[in-house]
Amino acid sequence: MAKLIAGWFTFTCCEDSTILFTEILNDHWQEWTKLIDFKYAKTLRKSAGIGPMDIAFVEGAISSDTQTAKLKQIRGLTKTLVAIGACAVTGQPSAQRNQFTPEQLKAIKPILERFSYNDKVQRLDEIVKVDFSVPGCPMDEIKFVELINKLCTK
Amino acid sequence: MHQVDFDLSLDEISKIEGAAALDFSVKDGRVTKCRFKITEYKRFYTQAIKGKAAVAAPTLLARICGTCSNAHILAAIKAVENALQIIPSPQTLTLRRLVNHGLIIRDHALHLYLFVLPDLFNKDSLLDFDESNQEQHQLLHDAFQVKDAGNQLSILTGGRSVHAPFPMVGGFIKFPNPAAAVKVINLLQAIRPAVERLIKVFTVWTKTQAQTIPYLAYMDGRIRSTDGLDIAETQYRSHLQKKQLDYSQASAYTYKEGFYMTGALARLNLMPNPPAPFPSRNVYHNNLAQAVEILQAIDGSIAILAKTKFAPEPLVKPTVISGEGIGVVEAPRGILYHHLVIKNNVVTDAEILVPTGQNQLNIENDIKILVETHLQSEVDKIKLAHEIEVLVRAYDPCMSCAAHFLKINWK
Repeated sequence: MAKLIAGWFTFTCCEDSTILFTEILNDHWQEWTKLIDFKYAKTLRKSAGIGPMDIAFVEGAISSDTQTAKLKQIRGLTKTLVAIGACAVTGQPSAQRNQFTPEQLKAIKPILERFSYNDKVQRLDEIVKVDFSVPGCPMDEIKFVELINKLCTK
Repeated sequence: MHQVDFDLSLDEISKIEGAAALDFSVKDGRVTKCRFKITEYKRFYTQAIKGKAAVAAPTLLARICGTCSNAHILAAIKAVENALQIIPSPQTLTLRRLVNHGLIIRDHALHLYLFVLPDLFNKDSLLDFDESNQEQHQLLHDAFQVKDAGNQLSILTGGRSVHAPFPMVGGFIKFPNPAAAVKVINLLQAIRPAVERLIKVFTVWTKTQAQTIPYLAYMDGRIRSTDGLDIAETQYRSHLQKKQLDYSQASAYTYKEGFYMTGALARLNLMPNPPAPFPSRNVYHNNLAQAVEILQAIDGSIAILAKTKFAPEPLVKPTVISGEGIGVVEAPRGILYHHLVIKNNVVTDAEILVPTGQNQLNIENDIKILVETHLQSEVDKIKLAHEIEVLVRAYDPCMSCAAHFLKINWK
């Protein structure tokens, strides 16, 4: 059976789920690497662009038009999109600036403008269709392993 | 010197923590632009923390960074405790040391095995290592075994290797189970040969690039440098100058208005009687220093776990409700400063200085030196781009940390 092609992408977040993923690999790498080719995962390898894939794991919330375009590109290339961790699933805590006071917003305004941030931080399903979610900060380890097993036996 | 003109952009540097990019230009054989850009989007934690309960600050501030989260927890706890005049128990200090050892083992192992080792074997990924090659097979299996031991030590002492739930302001809320501690000791003893192999691999790696710069580290409660600085942690800010870069989402810092380095190499360089080849000015020895520190953390953890019986104890209560506190720790990538102002148990202001922000200008300067060295001969842009990535990886930069919010006034 051909391996599933997978990607791991991060947007606005602390990458805690990426780190947890690398720790989960301690127990599962031999089994999973027989079933999944983690072809597009910046943490694991350098990839020249991205292409069609079976599963895209997406961590983090969306802060800018650039990130929105990249997320839509990923959605267009993947059969299954999985939102990973609290920021991707709920927006928080990366979306905490959405609730800032006028005084706090004034303090961060120069950065928002200089680096072309969007007015609001968004969770993934506000922009694209999300097929599965693994919530948690970091992601729920048990749910993640269950989902991988499910996707590999589909 | 080849009189060449070219531009090179790296939109995404791989195998590092977070997002960074690089732009540079060469004209008439000289580097005219070199911009190491931290492109991670900010989440504005030092604004978001304002108005939050001081005891909750470590949990929120840990979310600045997934990989160094436990270092942020420990630094923020120290800052709150210093502000509210809380003196932690000796057992708490021991447990915090173990949490930090777990972080050092896990984090350094991630960097060295998953990010750097492929460069030494001309592979794109550790997962591409050849299982039929004895050395590559061994290192591939070592990688996950060493990481796992660090992870298990973090779980034993902190409850989790990412965003540890047990350490609190005033102490811990759960304590290592003796049977679980024995299992972790066994795991740590089992990985010693693997770490010795790792040290050997990085000892024989001949890559070299040196600058004459000061190295700063936090040792025995003091901030020290290789050029003689020796100050209390409360004085840290008067010796560092913030530099605003209009192309980077992170603030950079200078020491005595010049570049400096913090991290494993700095710690080894400032250590009394360090093992050879330290002290060293070779930036690639930061990798070797990390490998040595994994071994030190293993031995230090085994020694503590073997002789210590941990007993439940209540959290130490604050004696005041307002104050200003500085918490400094040696995170895996270098000195981490948390400075919190608390009024009536609520955080009213915060400043956080992270290692990657401190190393940022030195990384940039090292890239410039690397490029100018390559200009001595015919330039292969693909090879040069790869060599720049290898150099950046030697610093083990963490962009998630670097892109937390600092006040900036653009000119």
